[in-house]
Amino acid sequence: MNAGFKHYYRRSTNAFALTLSLFAMVFGLFWLGWILYTLFIHAIPALKSTVFVQNTPPPGEKGGLLNAIVGSLMMSGIATCIGTPIGVLAGTYLAEIAPNHYLSKITRFINGILLSAPSVVIGFFVYALVVAKSGHFSGWAGVIALTIILIPVVVNSTESMLRLVPQTIREAAFALGAPEWKVITLVAYRAARSGILTGVLLAVARISGETAPLLFTALNNQFFNSDLAKPMANLPVVIFQFAMSPYDDWQDLAWAGAFLITLSVLAFNVVARILIRNKNARH
Amino acid sequence: MERHFDQEFSKLKDKILEMGNHVQAAVDLAIRGLTERNTDHFAQVHEIEKNINLAHLDVDKFCIRLFARQSPLGADLRLVFSVVKINADLERMGDQAVNIAYNGKDYLTRPPIKELVDLPKMGEEVKTMVRDALAAFFTLDVEQAKKVLMNDDVVDELKNKIFNELSSMMKANPAVVDGALDLILIARNLERLGDHATNIAEAAIFDANGEDVRHGKDKT
Amino acid sequence: MLDTNLPVKIRVKNLSFYYGAFEALKSINLSILDRKVTAFIGPSGCGKSTLLRTFNRMNELYPKQKTTGEILMNNENILDARQDVNRLRARVGMVFQKPTPFPMSIHDNIAFGVKLYENLSRIEMNERIEWALQKAALWKEVKDKLKHSGTSLSGGQQQRLCIARAIAVKPEVLLLDEPTSALDPISTAQIEELMHELRKDYTIVIVTHNMQQAGRVSDYTTFMYLGEVIEFNKTHKIFTNPDQKLTEQYITGHFG
Repeated sequence: MNAGFKHYYRRSTNAFALTLSLFAMVFGLFWLGWILYTLFIHAIPALKSTVFVQNTPPPGEKGGLLNAIVGSLMMSGIATCIGTPIGVLAGTYLAEIAPNHYLSKITRFINGILLSAPSVVIGFFVYALVVAKSGHFSGWAGVIALTIILIPVVVNSTESMLRLVPQTIREAAFALGAPEWKVITLVAYRAARSGILTGVLLAVARISGETAPLLFTALNNQFFNSDLAKPMANLPVVIFQFAMSPYDDWQDLAWAGAFLITLSVLAFNVVARILIRNKNARH
Repeated sequence: MERHFDQEFSKLKDKILEMGNHVQAAVDLAIRGLTERNTDHFAQVHEIEKNINLAHLDVDKFCIRLFARQSPLGADLRLVFSVVKINADLERMGDQAVNIAYNGKDYLTRPPIKELVDLPKMGEEVKTMVRDALAAFFTLDVEQAKKVLMNDDVVDELKNKIFNELSSMMKANPAVVDGALDLILIARNLERLGDHATNIAEAAIFDANGEDVRHGKDKT
Repeated sequence: MLDTNLPVKIRVKNLSFYYGAFEALKSINLSILDRKVTAFIGPSGCGKSTLLRTFNRMNELYPKQKTTGEILMNNENILDARQDVNRLRARVGMVFQKPTPFPMSIHDNIAFGVKLYENLSRIEMNERIEWALQKAALWKEVKDKLKHSGTSLSGGQQQRLCIARAIAVKPEVLLLDEPTSALDPISTAQIEELMHELRKDYTIVIVTHNMQQAGRVSDYTTFMYLGEVIEFNKTHKIFTNPDQKLTEQYITGHFG
């Protein structure tokens, strides 16, 4: 094989691979663009100020999504508040305290399964455990389901981020005479801070769009309700019901809700990107 | 920023300067012993030479430690390398001062054969050469070092003049041969002292700009 | 050979160290003299870093290691089970191969260690920080940016920051584990000059791969080979006329 041919061969392989990846990117971007475009076109006529101040209407009447927005915010917010500390602490245990302990190995394995478990399974589990036992759907059941989905994501990202902190920095802190808990809280957390926060944001983005677990747990509520003991309205389930309905008004509201969720997920992702970029820029 | 090397080296510099002063004092005393016909001066030359020898060992030890520990490079390397050579020259100069004192003592055992004019001149020249060569070394003054090289010609001429004069005297009057031989050896030692001062000046030039001016005529 | 009248800071007695079944240090006996710079040299894997890290019990951060024997510091066995390891580490500072600034401001980097065992007022803390940075020859470069992140400094500055951080807690001993191997020659020269200053106040032990560096900065040198101390001597002695043939072979590059 002569050098010229080798050169040509390498160049054409390179060009072929580059073309393939370009097409793959265009393919992905095409659908994303289409989704955003469709959402935008349909949501624009429905996005009036009433969306934010009126509750979901009966068929044929005017209304908004207030009860669903508040319900979603409450359940996601509480799930985040409960799940984040648990997830961060568990991740810390896995990365810092006992990375090689058999308990850690089991936890890591189970967490991996939870991470990839279909959310409908988790919804069904909470339904059987909470809804069926208590006899009614409730906001709390929704919170529990969302928390169970959020925790493994946070555990996983916290552990990975802490593992990225160079061991030499920990050694330096130990060498000054710092006890382990100070090394973790003052040095390791600090070094992994933006990474852990990014993980939490991505987890929140994930649960804010979940429909299946809420169908089984919080269900829906036509009226405004801030009592977590009762069934609670939320954007994903409202979108699901209204989009399936034959009424134009409801369908419009479904589009508006879908647009709002997409927008917030996009916002979470953008903020996460910025956090990661700032972290990289500093080092 | 003053480097640790510079601090170490300044100690070495003091030692070399001290040796240089010893050499000048030894030459001075040896010649004065001759002109003043005073053997006490010769005894002092021996004492000074002992000090020079001690300093010689000291400087060598210091230099080998500098080589071993500081691994000097560039100007530092030329500096320490030059000090090693200068140290050897200064030590030899001490020996030559002792030789002068030895012949001087022998010369004083007999009545003087002539009035000493050129020998003291040579002694002065040599002292100046040592002083200037060391000054040129420590100030990296190439011009001053080159002047020392020229001065050596003056010393050589004086030596030739003394040799010719004494040669004529010996031919005319064999009775002065013993005294004349002493004086010839003294002149010869002074000329050698000048050569060592020249070596120091050459080391100074090498230290200052890395140029090797030795054996100028043999090269090319 | 050695002036034994000098005060000893650390006396190592029959120290052996095991990684699992591997004996990394074989019954070491050694005296580290007070307020002198002692260098550990030797080929990779000879145990010099391991020995250094027993002086602040850094090895114990990792599993499957065992130490036997004694290390006496001020005549007290620091390997004793009753010894508070964190307190010990506050007394024996350490600087690592790669600069390890914490992801916080220059001010906080130095305050971190001080706050662990001392309760200083804000003014006292600022004084201490200035003192440490002065000692580490970094003050002039950073005095106007103490709030900047420690990671924003250059590699050489980061390493001097780490030295400042280590001496801010006023240790008795300073352990330097190849402190310049990740630095450029200028930064290396700065750190070496700094060591000449620090030797006046601290007992310094330095591990280095660079023999010339050991020559330049240390008063005493320990040559180690396969987990044993082959020769401990004055540095100029080791580098001009060592007692052991193995040492001579190593420093002349005739090894193996």
